[in-house]
Amino acid sequence: MAEITQTLPAVTAVQTWGDLSVRIRRSAEYIVIPGLAIAVSGVIFSIFLLALGKSPLDFFDLVERGGFGTAFSIENTLVTSSPLILTALCVALPARIGLVIIGGEGALVLGGFASAAIAIPLVAGQEPVVLTLSVMAATAVVVGGFWIGIVGYLRHARGVNETISSLLMTYIGIAIMNFFVEGALRDLTNPNKPSTKPIGDAYMVGDIPGTEVHWGLVVGVVLAIVLYILLSRTTFGFAVRVSGGNPRAALAQGLPVGKLIVICCAIAGACAGLAGFFEVAAIQGRANASLAAGYGYTGILISFLARHNPVAIIPVAILFGGIVASGSLIERRMGLPDATVLVLQGLTFVVLLISETLYGRFKIFQGTKSTERT
Amino acid sequence: MNEHALFIVFFALVGGALRVSTPFMFVALGECLTEKSGRVNLGLEGTLVLGAMTGYAVSYQSGSPWLGVVAAGCSGSVLGAMHGYICKLPRVNDIAVGIAMMLFGTGVAFFFGKPYIQPSAPQLGSFSLGTWTGNHEIAAALQINPLLIVGIIVALIMAWAFADTKWGLIVRMTGDSAASARAMGVSVDLVRFLCTTIGGFLAGVGGAFLSLYYPGAWNQGLSSGQGLMAVALVIFARWSPIRCVVAALLFGAAGAIGPALQSVGITQGYYFFNAAPYILTLFIMIGSARSKQAVRDVPGELSITK
Repeated sequence: MAEITQTLPAVTAVQTWGDLSVRIRRSAEYIVIPGLAIAVSGVIFSIFLLALGKSPLDFFDLVERGGFGTAFSIENTLVTSSPLILTALCVALPARIGLVIIGGEGALVLGGFASAAIAIPLVAGQEPVVLTLSVMAATAVVVGGFWIGIVGYLRHARGVNETISSLLMTYIGIAIMNFFVEGALRDLTNPNKPSTKPIGDAYMVGDIPGTEVHWGLVVGVVLAIVLYILLSRTTFGFAVRVSGGNPRAALAQGLPVGKLIVICCAIAGACAGLAGFFEVAAIQGRANASLAAGYGYTGILISFLARHNPVAIIPVAILFGGIVASGSLIERRMGLPDATVLVLQGLTFVVLLISETLYGRFKIFQGTKSTERT
Repeated sequence: MNEHALFIVFFALVGGALRVSTPFMFVALGECLTEKSGRVNLGLEGTLVLGAMTGYAVSYQSGSPWLGVVAAGCSGSVLGAMHGYICKLPRVNDIAVGIAMMLFGTGVAFFFGKPYIQPSAPQLGSFSLGTWTGNHEIAAALQINPLLIVGIIVALIMAWAFADTKWGLIVRMTGDSAASARAMGVSVDLVRFLCTTIGGFLAGVGGAFLSLYYPGAWNQGLSSGQGLMAVALVIFARWSPIRCVVAALLFGAAGAIGPALQSVGITQGYYFFNAAPYILTLFIMIGSARSKQAVRDVPGELSITK
């Protein structure tokens, strides 16, 4: 007991220079180590390219040009980043309460499909644009939230492993979309690719003025900031973090862990559903198999790189948005398959997880007051 | 639906179970071994896809499908070894590594598999269990691939090894209590590394079955979650190799519902029946996750059921 009373003042006395320095050092660890992981996977990937007789310099040059070089490519990157931010949020929020959810792809597909489906009667009835888009967005949010909410509920109530069940739900979601898109809701005037009826140009979500980037990016960034504040500055966020850190302690404190899990999963699914809405209402104009473009899977990597911090997700999503967006340029210019980006992503993910073992190993990040961390 | 149609559907289901179940069986057996040693490898979906690609490519290049099967197993064991090695590092979570290996394996398979989407590789042969009936619909339905037999033999060997051999005891001990294994002088990391590697080999062989027998071609949508379902199946089979085989056959039958109904002209809801195995898996997981027997049989060190 004596020990506790002695150490307490040191913990609570904030704003002294020493504490600030410790805080900075610790946060630096969370930036330096993932940064290192990205650099190392870049090196390994270069060796991989060299082994195939391709030039890594060409590759990174093309990523730079295709993703970030010109105003056009930056806009293209931002358009790609917008669903990535939202699907990464779908991983980050459950991760903070201790759940590994990898089913963002399913919530995106189903949310996008549901918004396209509900738009059909509204567009046919020539309802106002704002009303139509609001109903579409709300549908996507509800469907996406419900979809991942089920996963959270099953985890809490039945002990079903959320990682496996969320990915199963993705396959089910894609099958549901295919069932309708190739059946009852198929647009028969479009013989090429089974799709729902297009919502029409008049009903499309517009671009941010002065750019060719749709409003989904703004929504994603705002949501990331809001969720960050929710997690770090509210009682709800505190309860979530406690439940994620130690569910038994949280239960003993009387926190409604089950409810919190379902709410977190529902918000997460709603984010992914919104991503689907913007893919339909701002890019594709209709729902079809292209909705399942893998944004959900890239979002998993982004969230892990950002250490499930919603604000950190924004820059990481833009980085990977650039890499994904330059994929087709790389494919054309270097004669590499379109899966090149997948290899780079998988490699980065593996290296990143290896780098987890480095936390707490470097003295420079520790500061004087720190003791053993796990 | 008349009697004849029912008859056809029944044999299509049985035949489908025999055909479709083999990859489930191999992946489930591999995962069963890995989980018995106390680790979870969710990456077997990626292993399955990489195995399918490698098997197809080697069969195409060498002209020998069986060489393809071996190569597929080797590619799977490389992924398994990576998983096994990474997980022994401190503070690394095996579930997350599994997800990473899933994405990595799929990415590598799609990358190197692109040139093999078009050409057709030599396929594995098969024999029929139904020729004695003289009915060639039945004979066609009861085609059996030798790999199915291999899978059943592997399951029997595993069941025997777990129950009656020193090696089996070491694996079970490592899975139930790492502390006791260490006290007995067993290297926990080494046992888990080897189990994950062998598990990867089996999953890779399962992948070769997909590309070299049924459906029998290489494309990017080949697996679509079969590896993942097989991992879920192991919980349902309560870590028993024999029950893994039974569960795999059940899954094969579920996967064959769509094509079987289509063969008698029922095409409505084809996509719904495609979703049947996933929905079945989900319900099986809901039913088995907290059952009393599962709680009793689960290896103590496993993180997946906590």
